[in-house]
Amino acid sequence: MTTTAVPLTTRKDWTSDQEVRWCPGCGDYSILAAVQMLMPDLGVRRENTVFISGIGCAARFPYYMSTYGMHSIHGRAPAIATGLATTRPDLDVWVVTGDGDALSIGGNHLIHALRRNVKMTILMFNNQIYGLTKGQYSPTSEVAKVTKSTPFGSLDTPFNPVSLALGAEASFVARTHDMDRAHMQETFRRAHAHAGAAFVEVYQNCNVFNDGAFEKITSRDARSSMLIPLEHGQPIRFGADGERGVVQRADGRLEIVDVSEVGEDSLLVHDEARDDPGLAFALSRLARGPFEPTPIGVFRAVERPEYGAEMARQVVQAQERRGVGDLAALLRSGSSWTVG
Amino acid sequence: MATKSEHPPEQLDRVVIRFAGDSGDGMQLTGDRFTTSSALLGNDLATFPDFPAEIRAPAGTLAGVSAFQVHISDHDILTPGDAPNVLVAMNPAALRANIGVLPKGATVVVNVDAFDERSLTKAGYEANPLTDGSLSSYSVYEVPMTSITQEVCKEAGVKPRDAERSKNFFALGLVSWLYTRPTEPTVGWIAKRFADRPQVAEANTRAFRAGFDFGETTELFESHYEVRAAPFEPGEYVQVTGNQALAWGLIAAARQAGLPLFLGSYPITPASDILHELSRRKEFGVRTFQAEDEIAGVGAALGAAFGGALGVTTTSGPGLDLKSETIGLAINLELPLVIIDVQRGGPSTGLPTKTEQADLLHAMYGRHGEAPIPIVAAMTPSHCFDAAIEATRLAVTYRTPVILLSDGYLANGAEPWKLPNLDALPVIEPGFATGPNHTADDGTQTFWPYERDERTLARPWAPPGVAGLEHRIGGLEKAAGTGNVSYDPANHEKMVRIRAAKISGISTDIAPVVVDDEHGDATVLVLGWGSTFGAIAAGVRRVRARGLSVAHAHLTHLNPFPANLGDVLARYQQVLVPEVNLGQLSRLVRAEFLVDAHSLNQVRGTPFRAAEIEAAILSLMEAP
Repeated sequence: MTTTAVPLTTRKDWTSDQEVRWCPGCGDYSILAAVQMLMPDLGVRRENTVFISGIGCAARFPYYMSTYGMHSIHGRAPAIATGLATTRPDLDVWVVTGDGDALSIGGNHLIHALRRNVKMTILMFNNQIYGLTKGQYSPTSEVAKVTKSTPFGSLDTPFNPVSLALGAEASFVARTHDMDRAHMQETFRRAHAHAGAAFVEVYQNCNVFNDGAFEKITSRDARSSMLIPLEHGQPIRFGADGERGVVQRADGRLEIVDVSEVGEDSLLVHDEARDDPGLAFALSRLARGPFEPTPIGVFRAVERPEYGAEMARQVVQAQERRGVGDLAALLRSGSSWTVG
Repeated sequence: MATKSEHPPEQLDRVVIRFAGDSGDGMQLTGDRFTTSSALLGNDLATFPDFPAEIRAPAGTLAGVSAFQVHISDHDILTPGDAPNVLVAMNPAALRANIGVLPKGATVVVNVDAFDERSLTKAGYEANPLTDGSLSSYSVYEVPMTSITQEVCKEAGVKPRDAERSKNFFALGLVSWLYTRPTEPTVGWIAKRFADRPQVAEANTRAFRAGFDFGETTELFESHYEVRAAPFEPGEYVQVTGNQALAWGLIAAARQAGLPLFLGSYPITPASDILHELSRRKEFGVRTFQAEDEIAGVGAALGAAFGGALGVTTTSGPGLDLKSETIGLAINLELPLVIIDVQRGGPSTGLPTKTEQADLLHAMYGRHGEAPIPIVAAMTPSHCFDAAIEATRLAVTYRTPVILLSDGYLANGAEPWKLPNLDALPVIEPGFATGPNHTADDGTQTFWPYERDERTLARPWAPPGVAGLEHRIGGLEKAAGTGNVSYDPANHEKMVRIRAAKISGISTDIAPVVVDDEHGDATVLVLGWGSTFGAIAAGVRRVRARGLSVAHAHLTHLNPFPANLGDVLARYQQVLVPEVNLGQLSRLVRAEFLVDAHSLNQVRGTPFRAAEIEAAILSLMEAP
């Protein structure tokens, strides 16, 4: 690794020469811009940055970054990233995925990467629809969704990605949305700085197959009353004047209240570092869908041993204890005998 | 009782012994220990562990019988033996399951304590075979193994129930006396193995010695035997199984390439021992990753390869099915990757603990699209070491996934192995990209990830970390040179043909197939691949012992074939292809060389017997 200062860069240095081919008006453009503009601020090197994706609209992301990258196969990006991140701890590994890629075909790899706490920053673009295959329902689509593959309405109960990540023992879980660059960048910055697997759900509008899925909460007019910003150590409140807030009832239930009725001191204070993920889980269930006041920001950020570092530690310990491996000695580790 | 130690042992040139008992009786351990003492005595040997898929099938039933066959000799041998000369049966089920393969006149040593009515019924015997005369054509020795073991262990304060578990060491001791094996290696091994459980060590040692002394002091056995050391080439030898040699071969390959070894794997029989062995060897910088599934195992290995490691995944047939898509991606990415398939009986779950060679066509064609891949096969347990290095050499040199085919027989079978000269192992050159490799029209220097080496047609391997070489790769078709996404029809045609040419071009970079044709006058060629080597070579010897000529060629490269294979096949009037499948190599050589290959097939879950090969060759010779 080089020790010279990280060169100053601009968005242009992080932008590849490939033409971006998402549909005009797609939310992916604003996420790409947010990431490309954030990279110069992170103090990292382009050559030490890798974007890995699976399949889907979101998965084209690596082609547009002038870093190292791999556009792999459907659902497998977390597995591929695990092999890379554990053998190359000097790299920044990002995984860009979608709701179908991460939660349907690749669900198993996602939960295992999270529980192992492999150092990678996972950005999951959730548009609640299959875009690249032209409009089938996804594992985050609401029940009764009418799509090309569900003309009579979908039957499946959707995943809540934040709940799922918390249940999978994730050490960092956050949510943001494609209409707010500053919030995205702050969330991505936090995720990138996390020493372990970081999971970020990004509400993303698919203007062709599921237009307006998040409009009720992310439109400019709705945001203040429908988005609940989570800030560590602060009472959880929202509204244009912070007039509403979240309290925890005696039975553990969370409830949205008018601050004037309960008083500011009764509000729940957000603690992202709580060891017990129960409260973060309850927060993730506060809204039944993107039509009720919905928390955004960092739900959980706790320290836990990082998988690749632990793997490296075992190698170092083995070498300290037994010396660096000697092949000639290994071949004689059983009984050997000499002829002649 | 008179001791018989003054009688010198009778000399035998070879013997095949089969230890059989319940899955929980420790037969694999017993066979393994006998094998090790024989190896230390200098015998040539080959083993065939044969056990059920269930960990503990119901005790005393035929389904639960676990056996270990070992062939020891004073000369060079090639197989674990067609049929045992001696069967050690720990219970009626073990006797019943194995008596069918025993030739008349063979020796049967039974644990007579286990032949009670209940056990006989469980094994499906209506009458006691020890008394009903059905074993009259064998030499049967009835030994009260359980009761003597309990007796000698009682003095050590071991409860009879626990003592009973040491009866396999009694059997080992008895057979060690019968074949004049030294006791020290086993006694020493017991002390070391059970160091943390002194009472178990004591019980096993007592049982082992009691078995040895039983042979020595009773009048039951007329004589005992000796199989002298085989005339091995001078050198240092160890005993290895295929899985062990394969794991060591991967460590050696990583060393030769100067790359860190990363294994992504999911437990599966009979490949898991490679994962076990490598996970013990972290001092070599080996990283082993037990993935959530087979797909993640190969995915992580591919990710590690992208980062500049030697990425390896190990599996068996069902796992190879699941890895197919990732292997296709690796073909498109043109990254080195080693996929090890320890074949077992299929399809589906099939026969997890039994051997088969039926994944060849899967390895060859089991992906969508035109997806060629080099295939290497191991011939013997120790050859797994060389095969691992060769698979790695091809993967790294040609930036391609390579499938290495082993199988259940090689994986668990053991043989003596003359240790290789480590200084003579091939050097593998990763040749990472270090700078731009292309000059644009305007004169600027750039990096093209799909620019190719003229000789190998391989693309550059440029792991992240080098400024100026940033590039994106993926499963979408790549434009020749730039590696950018391309849907251009002409480019696709070009890339498909380049990928095919790159793999077929390997034929000039592998050893030509060697023909064993003693006098050069044979008209019949036996063409084999992989683990049939021993049985074919032994069958060929038998035919030659009749004064007849027959040739043998054995393939370790299945794709591409060695460049001289077509010429070799054309030299013989008849070609016999024995395979433990329904004819897969025979299809490939027929298609490739228009040769009228005759298939010899069996899929019993066991290796070929030399006699079967011999019979097939003779029958082909008689045919016009």
